[in-house]
Amino acid sequence: MSTVENLLKTKALSACYGDFQALFDIEFEIREGETVAVIGSNGAGKSTFLRALAGALDSAPAMVSYQGNPIGHLPAHQVLRLGIALVPEGRKLFPSLSVEENLRIGGDFGRAGPWTLNRVYELFPVLAERRAQAATALSGGQQQMCAIGRALMSNPRLLLCDEISMGLAPVIIRELYERLDTIAAEGTTLVIVEQDIDRALAAADRFYCFQKGRVSLAGTARGFDRQAITAAYFGI
Amino acid sequence: MSWLAEVDWASVLIQGTLIGGLYALFAIGLSLAFGIMRLVNIAHGDLIVLCAYLAMIVVNATGMHPLLSIAVVVPLMFVLGYLLQRGLLNFTLGPSILPPLLVTFGISVIIQNLLLEVFGADTRRLNAGAMETASIALPGDVTVGIFPLVIFAVALVSLGALQYLLYRTRLGRAFRATSDDADTAELMGIDNRHLYSLAMGIALAFTALAAVLFSIRTSFDPAAGPINLIFAFEAVIIGGLGSLWGTLLGGVILGVSQSLGGSVVGPSVSMLIGTQVSAQWQILTGHIVFIIILIVKPDGLFPRIRD
Repeated sequence: MSTVENLLKTKALSACYGDFQALFDIEFEIREGETVAVIGSNGAGKSTFLRALAGALDSAPAMVSYQGNPIGHLPAHQVLRLGIALVPEGRKLFPSLSVEENLRIGGDFGRAGPWTLNRVYELFPVLAERRAQAATALSGGQQQMCAIGRALMSNPRLLLCDEISMGLAPVIIRELYERLDTIAAEGTTLVIVEQDIDRALAAADRFYCFQKGRVSLAGTARGFDRQAITAAYFGI
Repeated sequence: MSWLAEVDWASVLIQGTLIGGLYALFAIGLSLAFGIMRLVNIAHGDLIVLCAYLAMIVVNATGMHPLLSIAVVVPLMFVLGYLLQRGLLNFTLGPSILPPLLVTFGISVIIQNLLLEVFGADTRRLNAGAMETASIALPGDVTVGIFPLVIFAVALVSLGALQYLLYRTRLGRAFRATSDDADTAELMGIDNRHLYSLAMGIALAFTALAAVLFSIRTSFDPAAGPINLIFAFEAVIIGGLGSLWGTLLGGVILGVSQSLGGSVVGPSVSMLIGTQVSAQWQILTGHIVFIIILIVKPDGLFPRIRD
């Protein structure tokens, strides 16, 4: 795999929360158009990893490279403008903004591209119906749609999704993942963080399994050895 | 208490209401800084006084009408506010609200002493000429000063402009989002350090506007800052934190209370206990009403409703 093909690559990525080191020497790469799942149990460092990619956590410049350029040192607001958007864990919608304002603010400082307010409403029609309501008035699933739509509004090349299925009913989760397929079909590159192994592997081309802040296993999503993943996931 | 019949109630209420516009203008800058970045600016009153001196310098140097000095002082304070936030106050922001409190307290002391050193302790006032004494007659033998009306109109327009900025523009949306959740706002491409600096710039631009009007209406000296900070605080708290029009109402309630204090409460009490009428009754009555409202409605009259 040549480095030119990589949209994003990490090299010995480490990250800390204060004195606590959450990530150790992560080697990760993703090509343009690929969907990669990051799986692992609670506290394995998955969310930390996505936040580090999005620039919300400081790292050394060369630890993260995007289109061949070092970006590890850039703050989150600059990383977004390069085309990396994060759907944060727990949705994190802005409570005093309406649904439509939440979507708009995603696009206000992002890049130009195919995703507009109307396209997001086509993808999630229920958001159009509730556009004037406060974001907090939405159901959990609708809030997640709004969070995904908000990230799309910045027209990312790389979309990072952090546990979008958390706390939602299976029927809603299925719908959300169908929409992710639509988004991927647009050519958007996706990193999906999930605790649910089957859900994540079904949607992804490749996977990385994290355990205690390190990559414990990586491979293609199809034809994996179930037992090996379970071992890598739980560390048994 | 037959003398109460001689009180010109309409005039007392109207004067109080109009001065409330000035308090609301004072409060805008304080309220913006707290609403967007949880920064309690103890130096706010001293910045008002600093603006008044700046206006005085401009007027003395150019001989222009004091109201025209707004065109110089407002942009100047916007730039100063941006630089103050970017170069100093941004570094004090964090999980605790104490560091900005202490640093702005320091700025307050510095401004007061700097003004005293440069300008001395004399009281100053800007002269706006004929418009200061001009008035119009309303039906029912009530006359209203043109200048207090101008101040109130400026307050209304300022609050309207701020409402438009916050709820109808991209920048306002960013302000509200950052106020909700600064970390997530960064993920939306918002540069919080720049945004906070813009907020302080806008806050001080409104402060400058209020200060020029204040410097024409009232005499000031280097030590006049803290009492104006308190008036601004009281207007914000009475109205309810984060509520723009509540702030105007807060200013009006404070203004009317003071007006009643000076013309009704003070004289009544003085007559009862047989002392001279003191001008301090005006300010004291405002404080008493503020405390009563704080006891009855601790969140103010129009607290911002959040989830």
